[in-house]
Amino acid sequence: MLIYLLRRLGLAITTCVFISILTFIIIRLPPGDFVDAYIANLAASGSSVSMEQAEAMRRDYGLDQPLPVQYLRWMGRVLEGDFGVSMVWRRPVTEVIGDRLWLTMLVSLAALFLTWAIALPIGIYSAVRQYSIADYIFTTLGFIGLAVPNFLLALILMYVGFRYLGLNVGGLFSAEYVQAPWSLARAWDLAKHLPLPAAVLALAGTAQLIRIMRANLLDELRKPYVVTARAKGLPEARAILKYPVRAALNPFASSIAYLFPYLVSGSIIVSLVLGLPTVGPLLLQALVAQDMFLAGAIVLLLGVMTVAGTLVSDLLLMWIDPRIRLEGQ
Amino acid sequence: MAERSVLSIRDLAVQFRSEQGTVRALDGVSFDLRAGRTLGIVGESGCGKSVTARSILRLIDWPGRITGGQILLDPEEPQPTDLTALGPESRRMREVRGGRVGLIFQEPMTALSAHYTVGNQIIEAVLQHRDLSKADAKAQAIALLGEVGIPHPQRRIDAYPFELSGGLRQRVGIAMALAGDPDILIADEPTTALDVTTQAQILGLLQRLQREKGIALMLITHDMGVIAEMADEVAVMYLGRIVETAPVARLFAAPRHPYTRALLRAVPSILATPRQRLSTIGGAVPHPGLRPGGCSFHPRCAENLGERCRREVPAPVPLNEDGGASCFLAEDAA
Repeated sequence: MLIYLLRRLGLAITTCVFISILTFIIIRLPPGDFVDAYIANLAASGSSVSMEQAEAMRRDYGLDQPLPVQYLRWMGRVLEGDFGVSMVWRRPVTEVIGDRLWLTMLVSLAALFLTWAIALPIGIYSAVRQYSIADYIFTTLGFIGLAVPNFLLALILMYVGFRYLGLNVGGLFSAEYVQAPWSLARAWDLAKHLPLPAAVLALAGTAQLIRIMRANLLDELRKPYVVTARAKGLPEARAILKYPVRAALNPFASSIAYLFPYLVSGSIIVSLVLGLPTVGPLLLQALVAQDMFLAGAIVLLLGVMTVAGTLVSDLLLMWIDPRIRLEGQ
Repeated sequence: MAERSVLSIRDLAVQFRSEQGTVRALDGVSFDLRAGRTLGIVGESGCGKSVTARSILRLIDWPGRITGGQILLDPEEPQPTDLTALGPESRRMREVRGGRVGLIFQEPMTALSAHYTVGNQIIEAVLQHRDLSKADAKAQAIALLGEVGIPHPQRRIDAYPFELSGGLRQRVGIAMALAGDPDILIADEPTTALDVTTQAQILGLLQRLQREKGIALMLITHDMGVIAEMADEVAVMYLGRIVETAPVARLFAAPRHPYTRALLRAVPSILATPRQRLSTIGGAVPHPGLRPGGCSFHPRCAENLGERCRREVPAPVPLNEDGGASCFLAEDAA
């Protein structure tokens, strides 16, 4: 068990290093650099920058150094918690990202739990009552859920929520709380705003997880140990929940890891539509402006959080499945 | 007939309905299980052996269902229980499962859940049928593990099935089947997945338990050696019907049905000359949905009488102690 843990941890750290290198390469991939984008911006608004000024800016930002040097300097500062200064906002990156990172995680986790809460019972029901009318209905809804772009759903839900339910839609806070310091009232306001974006983001993942749960459970239900459980005289519900459902839970634990980046990247358009103060829209702006430090910090943080999610799901798997727990003993 | 009958199956019919048509998995099966006796059931794959076992526990998978006949528990009591009349999920039926009828499986790995310790799975079965405290149930589970010959039961109770050898796992399976103190045991190919030495030990264990507890054992197998070793009476099944029943000695000495004779010829013999080919039964078991008319064995029968076997269905085997064969040859000989 200890070996398993250490191996996972080592893998996680190695992965993070590779993610940081990849992040650096990717943000340097587009032709030109921040200064070019800055000049183009200024040119569009009628003013211009001299060659000398441009060179000076490049020196200031360290853009004249060779790439490996740039990478190491960046990483060195990141490890000290200094993500650099956003070139567009002219403020420290940590300040620009600020609450957005936690709000992103909150929205993603809310979506994840909603996904589980809906997908688990429906997946079980669809498998146990395979080919029943309800199973067909859930299957149809599931495919619709997979096919509908979630920004479209966001627009529809916003319209319905605003027009017919009189809800305060859009954003994660009411106007009076956007800039307010944290308080119970602000947290409650956030809780009221959370369900809609969580539901929109959960949709496609839920549809997918229902299919996975159904398929897995159908496999497990045919195994002899289910008959053993029934042959003991256990009530049907208990026999199914204790044995095959437990065995079919593995994808749920794994889903933490793969749903998280999916939720974050998938949330950019939804966040724009719903006006959510998450990192998605910020990342988009940073990439468009080639704001290297900001984009790098966000991509790196998302990558590291995904690795952390994988680690959590590995731990969950270990807890669910004794075969993993007792490996190597 | 000294021993009391504890379970009587009469004209049991089970059908599986599908879009391709109705499959008659069991078609008029009748037999008795007697206290302290072993009924061996033999036949090729797909002949209905396992469906029979599942029917008794009312655990046939959808879309199969019992379409006729009776399964009488305690047929000699004034008020026998017809299991076919009980709801599969009724409290009464769940008391029968494990409490009156225990089930032992072929594959001891897949028949136990890898997610729980063997103790957890046995204690659960004990508590299902007896009103005991958790500690007493655990003591009972340890006693059961000891009874089926598992060394160090206090330690093994916390083991997961995948930590045990195949033979030990099968012993755990037997302990679990005994947890509700049933008087009927159904063993569905209990030794097929085990090596020969372990197989002998498991069979010995079943015999000992049967002797000690007076259990009625229904032993499903395709292994004629196991039948010769274990059975008191034998029922030979083919395509959902019993084609011959006999006391075990007579079955081997004087089989009356051509199918039984063919099965016995197909048993490898140590007396065979080197390189002698194994005898096989010509053809394959037809798809149960395409059951041949008349006697369903006639297309493969080496001794078929032609027109009569194609058109008429021979009478079912008689329900007496001496048994008989469902075959015109046997009828004519009588």
